[in-house]
Amino acid sequence: MLYIPGNNPAMIQQGGVYGADSILLDLEDSVALNQKDAARILIRNMMRTIDFYDTEVCVRVNHLGTPFGLADLEEIVPLQPSAIRYPKTESAEEVGNLLEIIEKIEDKHGLPHHVMTIHAMIETAMGVQNVFEIASKFPRIDAITIGGQDLTADMNIIYTPDGAGIDFARKRIVMAAKASHIDIIDTVFPDVNDEEGLRKETEYARKIGFTGKAVINPRQIDIIHNVFTPTEEEVRKAYRIVKEFRANAAAGQGVFAIDGKMIDTPVVRRAEYILQLAHVEILPEGADEKPIT
Amino acid sequence: MINSLGRKIPAFIEGIGRLEPFEGAYAKIRKGWMDEPTIPPPNKAYLPHQSKLCKSLEEAIMRSNPHDGMTISFHHHLRNGDVMLVQTLNILHNMGIRDITLASSSLLECHDPILPYLQDGTITRIFSSGIRSELGRAIAHGLMDIPVVIQSHGGRVRGIHTGKVQIDLAVIAASAADCEGNATGAHGKSAFGSIGYAVIDARYAKQVIVVTDNLVDYPCIPLSITQNFVDYVVEVDSIGDPSKIATGTTRITNSPMDLRIAKLAADVIEQSGCFKPGFSFQVGAGGASLAVAKYIRAKMKTKGIKGSFLLGGITSYCVDMLNDGLFETIFDVQSFDAAVSNSLFTNRRHIEVPAALYANPFNCGCITNKLDVVVLGALEIDVDFNVNVITGSEGYIRGASGGHSDTASGATLTVVVCPSFRGRIPIIKKRVHTVVTPGETVHVLVTERGICVSPACGDLAQNLKKAGLMVKDIHDLEKEVDLITGVPGPLEYTDKIVGLVEYRDGTIIDVIHQIKEKQFKLPV
Amino acid sequence: MTPKTAAQAGTFESSDVLFLIEPLPEKSGRKIELFSTVLHQYGESFNKIVTEMLDDYALTDIHIIARDKGALEPTIKARLETAINRSLQNIQQV
Repeated sequence: MLYIPGNNPAMIQQGGVYGADSILLDLEDSVALNQKDAARILIRNMMRTIDFYDTEVCVRVNHLGTPFGLADLEEIVPLQPSAIRYPKTESAEEVGNLLEIIEKIEDKHGLPHHVMTIHAMIETAMGVQNVFEIASKFPRIDAITIGGQDLTADMNIIYTPDGAGIDFARKRIVMAAKASHIDIIDTVFPDVNDEEGLRKETEYARKIGFTGKAVINPRQIDIIHNVFTPTEEEVRKAYRIVKEFRANAAAGQGVFAIDGKMIDTPVVRRAEYILQLAHVEILPEGADEKPIT
Repeated sequence: MINSLGRKIPAFIEGIGRLEPFEGAYAKIRKGWMDEPTIPPPNKAYLPHQSKLCKSLEEAIMRSNPHDGMTISFHHHLRNGDVMLVQTLNILHNMGIRDITLASSSLLECHDPILPYLQDGTITRIFSSGIRSELGRAIAHGLMDIPVVIQSHGGRVRGIHTGKVQIDLAVIAASAADCEGNATGAHGKSAFGSIGYAVIDARYAKQVIVVTDNLVDYPCIPLSITQNFVDYVVEVDSIGDPSKIATGTTRITNSPMDLRIAKLAADVIEQSGCFKPGFSFQVGAGGASLAVAKYIRAKMKTKGIKGSFLLGGITSYCVDMLNDGLFETIFDVQSFDAAVSNSLFTNRRHIEVPAALYANPFNCGCITNKLDVVVLGALEIDVDFNVNVITGSEGYIRGASGGHSDTASGATLTVVVCPSFRGRIPIIKKRVHTVVTPGETVHVLVTERGICVSPACGDLAQNLKKAGLMVKDIHDLEKEVDLITGVPGPLEYTDKIVGLVEYRDGTIIDVIHQIKEKQFKLPV
Repeated sequence: MTPKTAAQAGTFESSDVLFLIEPLPEKSGRKIELFSTVLHQYGESFNKIVTEMLDDYALTDIHIIARDKGALEPTIKARLETAINRSLQNIQQV
């Protein structure tokens, strides 16, 4: 997910060409207070005319507690981006209020309530405490994300590259998302030139359960994809597991072993997830394995 | 006459002579010989122990028979740091020499000071591989009576062999030279690496002056330019600005757009069938083209592929790949940074090659013929894959033919990388303003909005699609980009021809017309 | 109609355009000044966009200075709309 400052036409018009899974056109922190009106109109015009290809377009609006939040929604909701990202979410009540406003706008424009989704950003201590309720209560929320910089500021601690201060928050948010069966996206890595640091942090995020990571520069996309894409070896192994499981299941056998390791349902489920990530399908017997791209 | 690309070519140009229309990239080479006779280089004689040293450039020029109507040549290995070309022309101008033909291997921004000599009759004809900046603008506006002739690096050698360009005086700047004129660019404070473009000038010019700011004890090695061709040697304080001659190292671009295009191009190369052990490779010196090397380097390491040779304009990035053991050899006709000079001087697998060996189509085979993959840039490309690298969107001459058409014609896979539009101007056109490299020698166009494969490439498009790459028909991409940018208004030209673009075989592939400055008025 | 106050929108960045608008006395008509890196290629279409938008807003007496660095049509329209909005809002506030 690539962040793009909402008042920057050069970057918005190229949003779809970098191979990001989604872009986030930002009306919040990357737009100066006196340019919010300009960014809103620019994003509206761009979304109407520019082809972003397969890249999903999301928009981050300002918090409803600011003078800009409502105007943002009035401009953006009718455009029906894939998702609206709502910053500094602190409670389910707040989300309920947000959804009410969004649905009212949708009704006014004769739009359905189930197409555009909401991403809640957790970037305050209060948000972290309430995250499960936020993640689980509304089906329209299909992803939560953590905002590392704001969270450290809210906690009155210094942001360190090792992420020590927000480690608990990361894990708590991951768990809330997993319990709610929704996506969970990690915060940005601010140093564009530190490719090794980015890789390490992304590997850690994947390890503890994040399903994606936000980037601030297109140059970071490849590394994120690289980390989140299963390796060829992982896919081959998963392929074998799923294939043998299906063969065994057909023969009425539940648990079996590959290379001396027990394969049971959780292992199979994980293998299926890896194949899904790699866009690999199990082909019927006799067909060649699909090469991994 | 209409050439095979449908471009109108005059049969004759006053001051240039009879023109031959382009009939296809290989039409002339296919015969196996060149119709035009090769003129003999001059024979000279020197008594033993005669001194070639001159006290000043003026003295050397004075001794080399300067005259009206003479042809004077330079190389552009000093790039934008060169001071020799302007100094030499100042001297000739002060001597009152007129009607000079300037045959430089290229002209850059640092040569803008000669502009007045184009106006006052000092310089009346230009042969060059590239023209930029104020010169390019002025020429496009019709400053000169006789059109400039744009040659490729290989074509320039052919032009000298055939006597189309007969050099009276070659002024060859070198970063090291000895009293006999053995000279090189491989070392010295103004080191610039390979001196490959100047070798033919030394061989053919009636008079040759070597100018250096680093006169070394005899003998100066390596023998890039050899004494048997050199008439005079001059030591000067400086041949140019070292900071502009060679930067420390060439960095890969940080531009996300260039990197994205480069990554796609590397994917194309990987899937093309050309990416295999022993492959040979050439990239440009900057932008997306150089960045392709970054991704190819990673792919070579991952897949354990070792290539044969790197060719062309060489950057420190190429040197790194050689030192990594990813390629066996570098053939270097032009070096781009200080680290390259050092490698050229010390590494015997880093070989200096003259332009003739690099790219001249009329010999027993130049190295570009052995090239598997070349990655090239473009100012414009059209739906027939013709590429313009010489005139800008506003009609000015602002680029260089260089080795573009030479390498494209030789390579098994020619990949052109460019953004689909720049500063709102679409790069993919229905028809390019000026053809430098014909579409029949271009195979793939890579832009950030799609990859286009020439219909002549058989299964390549299908193979790339199967590999998941975003392959589009070039006509569709052209329309798609036009929708984003809007269709630009047409440029307006007069009938006057200000430039001839010579294909490497000497035929005329296109002409450049004088632009009409559009008076744009806004209604009140 | 004429805006009562001057306003501006946009930036000098590449692919953007900066609009400055200011009111003119009644019956002065429109005065448009365009500086653009792509003047030759897109001057006419730029002018058409501006004129049409001014027509939409029924703005007749207005001075516009545009400094364009290759902005695409959606950007040109967005910046002009922003400038006009800012100007009109100022009228309401006065």
